[in-house]
Amino acid sequence: MIRVKVKKKLHGVKGDFWLEVDFEMGAHFVVLLGPSGSGKTTLLRSIAGLETPQEGYIEVNGSVWFDSKKGINLPPQKRQVGFVFQDYALFPNMSLLENVMYGMKIKDKGKALELLKKVRLELLKDKKPHQISGGQRQRVALVRALAREPQILLLDEPLSALDEDLRATMQEELKNFQREYAIPTLMVTHSWEEALKLADRIIRIEEGRIKEEVKPKRTPLKFIDKRLEGEEVVLTVSIEGKVWELSINKKDLLQGVSKIAPS
Amino acid sequence: MIDLGALWLTIKLSLITSLILLVVGIPLAYYMAYSKSPFALILEVITTLPLVLPPTVLGFYLLILFSRNSPLGSLLENLLGLRLLFTFEGLVVASVIYSLPMMTHPLISGYRSVPKNLIEASWTLGKSKLETLIRVILPNMKSSILVGLVLSFTHTLGEFGVVLMVGGNIEGQTRVASIVIYNAVEAIDYKTAHIYSAALLLLSFFSLVALYLINRRWFL
Repeated sequence: MIRVKVKKKLHGVKGDFWLEVDFEMGAHFVVLLGPSGSGKTTLLRSIAGLETPQEGYIEVNGSVWFDSKKGINLPPQKRQVGFVFQDYALFPNMSLLENVMYGMKIKDKGKALELLKKVRLELLKDKKPHQISGGQRQRVALVRALAREPQILLLDEPLSALDEDLRATMQEELKNFQREYAIPTLMVTHSWEEALKLADRIIRIEEGRIKEEVKPKRTPLKFIDKRLEGEEVVLTVSIEGKVWELSINKKDLLQGVSKIAPS
Repeated sequence: MIDLGALWLTIKLSLITSLILLVVGIPLAYYMAYSKSPFALILEVITTLPLVLPPTVLGFYLLILFSRNSPLGSLLENLLGLRLLFTFEGLVVASVIYSLPMMTHPLISGYRSVPKNLIEASWTLGKSKLETLIRVILPNMKSSILVGLVLSFTHTLGEFGVVLMVGGNIEGQTRVASIVIYNAVEAIDYKTAHIYSAALLLLSFFSLVALYLINRRWFL
């Protein structure tokens, strides 16, 4: 169980405001959703120990990482987090394998190779980060964070630098990873679509405050057929045993579907 | 046959000076690059002074400081038996101070060029500040380290004013190349002046060529 209570003064474009949030989470995929400048990244960095809140309490699986009342403030080195930065922050002077092994408490080459294999990069293990593509870098950053065996995975807009197609693939991969390792995951994004796809729970933040919490419902949807009618894409799917035809405008499809009306 | 002893002495002085500066410069520049304390700013100003001060001014103060009558001078002599005035050791100390900005400036900009999130990534991966410095920061600013080494080496090669003040003109001890050139011109011995000047010119030229070649290969 993870408890996060943070109060920190932020300097925004429209003046100063307080980041003031309080929530608990388990081994779920929680998405922090909000516009840029709303304090999401600061919250993530506060949990990692890269920034110090004025007041607050952070407890992860029974150990207290931060308690302003008792003057406890563990440095980032002592907090077991897996942090994936927006631009990945892979070490340019190390090979992919060295990057993955860097944070391991016990250097285990076999395990590092296994992790790289999981993201299909074992053949590139001796390459340097600048020799691989953006999506590949993202995967290395993810397994490097996992290699540390963190108590919590913190993802700061990890997919924002990728193009559309790749982002969809990586979203799936990220979700599978989180399920497999059952690791508490907190991801920052400003995209509703991404939040709905990945989250077990969405915490929406605006101007430093929690606006609302959403639990996206997932209805098992089985794909049967698709066809094109003019500008409309018609999908035949089955939801809970019933067959539906969904027609979606092509334009909407490209922008991401916001609502689906059965026809 | 012209005596090239002073040339070797100059090269030896420059090598020792730049190596000492590397060891001193790495922690010093680290502090100046990352500390937010006002003292770091003052320190940056002080370490830049040798760059703008006339070498004779620097030499004059060092002369006073190294003299047996000064607290530092008498302390060093009584405690360690070390005399800094008109000795090679004194020249090394003076050169380290004289060439300090040639090392700290490239190092400071090197430190500042390493992306902050690489450093933070290393911390979140459990590595101490020292280990982060050795395994992440320094390897990613290799070219700045090389620039610092070559600049402090070549800067010390051409040192004149400071040497004249604190080193004097003792053969095999403190008579460096630039002083030989000055003496030779005074004595209208243009041959010696030519040979020594050409030697310094070529040495500086090829040090810089090596620097640019290596840096280019690192970047390509």
